[in-house]
Amino acid sequence: MKFSEQWLREWVNPELSTEQLAEQLSMAGLEVDGIEPVAGVFHGVVVGEVKACEQHPNADKLRVTKVDIGADELLDIVCGAANCRTGIKVAVATVGAELPGDFKIKKSKLRGEPSHGMLCSASELELSDDHDGILELPAAAPVGTDFREWLGLNDHAIEIDLTPNRADCLGIRGLAREVGVLNRIDVNVPEFAAVAATIDDQRAIHLDAADACPRYLGRVIRNINANTQAPLWLQERLRRAGVRSIDAVVDITNYVLLELGHPMHAFDLSQLHGDIHVRMAKPEEKLTLLDGQEVTLQDDVLVIADEQKAVAMAGIFGGEQTGVTTESKDIFLESAFFAPDAIMGRARRFGLHTDASHRYERGVDPELQRTAMERATALILEICGGEAGPVVEAVSVDHLPKPANINLRAERLSRVLGADIAVTDVEAILTRLGFTVAKDASGWQVQVPTYRFDIAIEEDLIEEIARVYGYNNIAAVAPTAELRMTRVEEIHLPLRAVQQVMLAQGYQEAITYSFVDPKHQAQLYPELAALTLPHPISIEMSSMRLGLWPGLVSAAGYNQKRQQQNIRLFETGLRFVPDNSAENGIAQQPMIAGVIMGTVQGEHWRDGVRAVDFYDLKGHVETLLRATGRFDEFRFVASAHTALHPGQSAAIYRGETLVGYCGALHPQFEKLFGLKGRAFVFELDLNLLRERLVPQAGVISKFPSIRRDIAILVDRQVAAGEVLESIKKIGANQLVDLNLFDVYTGENVPAESKSLAIALTLQAADRTLEDQEVNSLMEQVINALRNEFNAVLRDS
Amino acid sequence: MDLQAILAAGKAASAAATTPAQLEDVRVEYMGKKGHLTEQLKSLGKLSPEERPQAGQLINQAKQELQEILNARRDELKDAEMNQRLEAERIDVTLAGRMNQLGGLHPVTRTIQRIEDYFGQLGFGVKQGPEVEDAFHNFDALNIPPQHPARADHDTFYFNADAMLRTHTSGVQIRTMEKQQPPLRIIAPGRVYRNDYDQTHTPMFHQVEGLMVDKNVSFAELKGILHDFLHHFFEEDLEIRFRPSFFPFTEPSAEVDVRRKDGKWLEVLGCGMVHPNVLKAVNIDPEEYTGFAFGMGVERLTMIRYGVNDLRAFFENDLRFLKQFG
Repeated sequence: MKFSEQWLREWVNPELSTEQLAEQLSMAGLEVDGIEPVAGVFHGVVVGEVKACEQHPNADKLRVTKVDIGADELLDIVCGAANCRTGIKVAVATVGAELPGDFKIKKSKLRGEPSHGMLCSASELELSDDHDGILELPAAAPVGTDFREWLGLNDHAIEIDLTPNRADCLGIRGLAREVGVLNRIDVNVPEFAAVAATIDDQRAIHLDAADACPRYLGRVIRNINANTQAPLWLQERLRRAGVRSIDAVVDITNYVLLELGHPMHAFDLSQLHGDIHVRMAKPEEKLTLLDGQEVTLQDDVLVIADEQKAVAMAGIFGGEQTGVTTESKDIFLESAFFAPDAIMGRARRFGLHTDASHRYERGVDPELQRTAMERATALILEICGGEAGPVVEAVSVDHLPKPANINLRAERLSRVLGADIAVTDVEAILTRLGFTVAKDASGWQVQVPTYRFDIAIEEDLIEEIARVYGYNNIAAVAPTAELRMTRVEEIHLPLRAVQQVMLAQGYQEAITYSFVDPKHQAQLYPELAALTLPHPISIEMSSMRLGLWPGLVSAAGYNQKRQQQNIRLFETGLRFVPDNSAENGIAQQPMIAGVIMGTVQGEHWRDGVRAVDFYDLKGHVETLLRATGRFDEFRFVASAHTALHPGQSAAIYRGETLVGYCGALHPQFEKLFGLKGRAFVFELDLNLLRERLVPQAGVISKFPSIRRDIAILVDRQVAAGEVLESIKKIGANQLVDLNLFDVYTGENVPAESKSLAIALTLQAADRTLEDQEVNSLMEQVINALRNEFNAVLRDS
Repeated sequence: MDLQAILAAGKAASAAATTPAQLEDVRVEYMGKKGHLTEQLKSLGKLSPEERPQAGQLINQAKQELQEILNARRDELKDAEMNQRLEAERIDVTLAGRMNQLGGLHPVTRTIQRIEDYFGQLGFGVKQGPEVEDAFHNFDALNIPPQHPARADHDTFYFNADAMLRTHTSGVQIRTMEKQQPPLRIIAPGRVYRNDYDQTHTPMFHQVEGLMVDKNVSFAELKGILHDFLHHFFEEDLEIRFRPSFFPFTEPSAEVDVRRKDGKWLEVLGCGMVHPNVLKAVNIDPEEYTGFAFGMGVERLTMIRYGVNDLRAFFENDLRFLKQFG
């Protein structure tokens, strides 16, 4: 809601500066969003009259004028505006005037003709963007007066961002009431006298949907001149409220809307056939709106109809056919109360949002219709002439909203606020707000006025009291509560511990959007159908991520383009996998993922440069898994993934459960993400990492351990991990450490084979192991490897 | 040879030795089984019993004297050898070490963790909830009925009429209260989504929602806890104001502003007393219990705290930006 400060001050005029007023409104919950001057900074502009206007002898598009500004002599002014002509009143910037943009008016000559001033357009004075010719002032404008003062341009347009509950302030009347309350001063409510009917013409009104429209007032006005402009003062008020001037009738209904906060509508009477019906639309009923758009209505849309068809979408938008035009002679004026429930959401459904729908869906005062009707009638007769018929009111009293009567308990008030507000303050605040207050045993019985339709329950009153009393006058106190510890289960690995492991390995945490490019997902996860946003910000942000790789790899590419060579990023967050068995049909799983690119250490003066490879990434993942304290439960299995290099990818299992994947991003996607060089990625299900070891201390062996190394030849295809698993099974309790310390192919090793060198460290808890025992165990190991993997022991 | 001459020659030989091995040779030459001094002892037998004690004493004195000189020389040579080795091993300690890289948390996470810590001290548990949310938890239970203008104001990303990306983490309140009766103290940090993208809006951002429900929770206490929090969070005694506002799920409702160094007020969070309809929606008796709730924008707090000017930087994940935060 934007309005002219001057206009408000005509209703209520507290002794506050503009800034103080704005601050006061904001602190009362009517948040001021902006304050702007209604005109540019200028001086030296006066009202003048063009006395003569002739063609410029040397320029086709210029005119030479003589302008009366009430001085002894007429001014010679050259003007280029097409609408300049003899007899019009104009805004004249005199010599010495300063206009916005540091523009000084001096005596000059234009193409040989003297020019002692300038005739101004609206844009030159920063009144509007309109630079279509010079301003034409009303004939009554007094020649010689200061233009700025005459038009009251030392004014501000104040914009308030009103919350949905304060629709009562969507008009000067409501705002004035609020300002009056805050300043404890009276509001000068203008007297809007009833306009007596001078003709008998009327239309019968039928409330066919009384719950949606319990009150509808109509009035016929004949013989108006619609082909006229609203007076400048009225246009100015609209302009300062950010409303464009259209024609006199529309301007007047808009004026009443701004003044009283009540929407009005005018129909061309000649287009209305018979009685007026306020009814629900028929299914599939069609209506062409004022903007030319044809809509198909549903039966929950309220319409105004004549005996033939729907002529307006009630409270939202008028119809084209019955709209008032400059040709209209007779009009039918509407002032109605529509129930918010019948309007809410309907405008939006048709892609509409009008000043009327904005108010009706939030609510208007159900007792204001007659005032609005009389006010609009008076303005129409004054500006457009014509004769008014009687006001016809159709009302269904039973369906009108009943303002609430609320029991406010003193105990509840102080309990909710945590402050004791004096009884006299409570009563004074409520009374000033227009509530009728009666004391009772527990507190007060409060009758709400019709214009505060947002007040329905005790809490609403508590808020009103606190708001007017001032939130900042309520002391801040520390909450009191029972001291209870929050439950923390040690078996759960905290997310922070997981994050710390990643940071310690040089990873920077990223946060990428949860919606990603569907093209990326289709490539990386061709087997999964992502959840798609029907109305995304852009196509590239429309597909709910099936994993964290699309976002992370894109971020890696983004950084590479910015000369960042060494990239380690990780992210934690949900992935969204369609799953009918999950709540709302979507499994939302917390994941951790990472990407690395570039080199291990940068360029080190001693160690040189080494590009990261699969084993760097795997090492990072292994370190992360170790944070569970139950590393032995995890294993890496060579396994394909659509996003990964088939020869460099592993599935990670905990027991038999798949936890995630790690590997090299498939080289075919490097271009898709604009990558230079290899990217290695991992992703793990955080829920499956959550369970960690709660330690149970064991006995530390006092007896020496024995290390035995073996070197075996196996086929190159044999997975080292499986060899080690096999050794572990045999080694059982006595195998305290197992390390594969060399892999060799080449000279002295058959072409199809590789040599694995493995160190076993053996130890018993209760004795020193005898050579015999160790030998027998090693024999078992070697036999098992021979049987399982065709392993051959190499001579040492 | 006379004893004194042997001793003098031994001393001279010790001094001349330049390595421990040479020194050992000297020791053997004089003190070994066939050494000069050992020979002297052997020759004692040739003397008369009267002369022996005195001559023996003299020889032993000479032995002892030479041993001490040998020891001293050995230490000297060892030190020299060690010094030489140390000198040879001297390196430039100003060259770069083999540093383990240290990563850093995203600034948004950093802020969330600080918020969790402050409220954690007061016994607020951290709760999580789904980001694809249903209408009941995101709107209905929060007293935002269908068609209500407040619902339209949310710029919701809908999948269909009943499924959407959550527009706030307030739904986590509802999910918590569905499962637990008061007293309740929780905060719910997380991602939220609005269909809006410009200089000051990103379609995804983070919120921390807080909720406390107990027998006598009051607006004054809400003010107290938020004053306390903001002072701790910004680590300065800044000016704070509570401005009346409207949220369908709280009443009274307020927006909280802090005054910046340039004198301007900046909104940092919204809050209020839990609306009775919300408590009723989860079967908590609003006559028995009252509660407060607050919601803060994590990016906004982070921007103020660390001087970030462009909201969009949070989701570009530029390493040069991220690395500034540790």
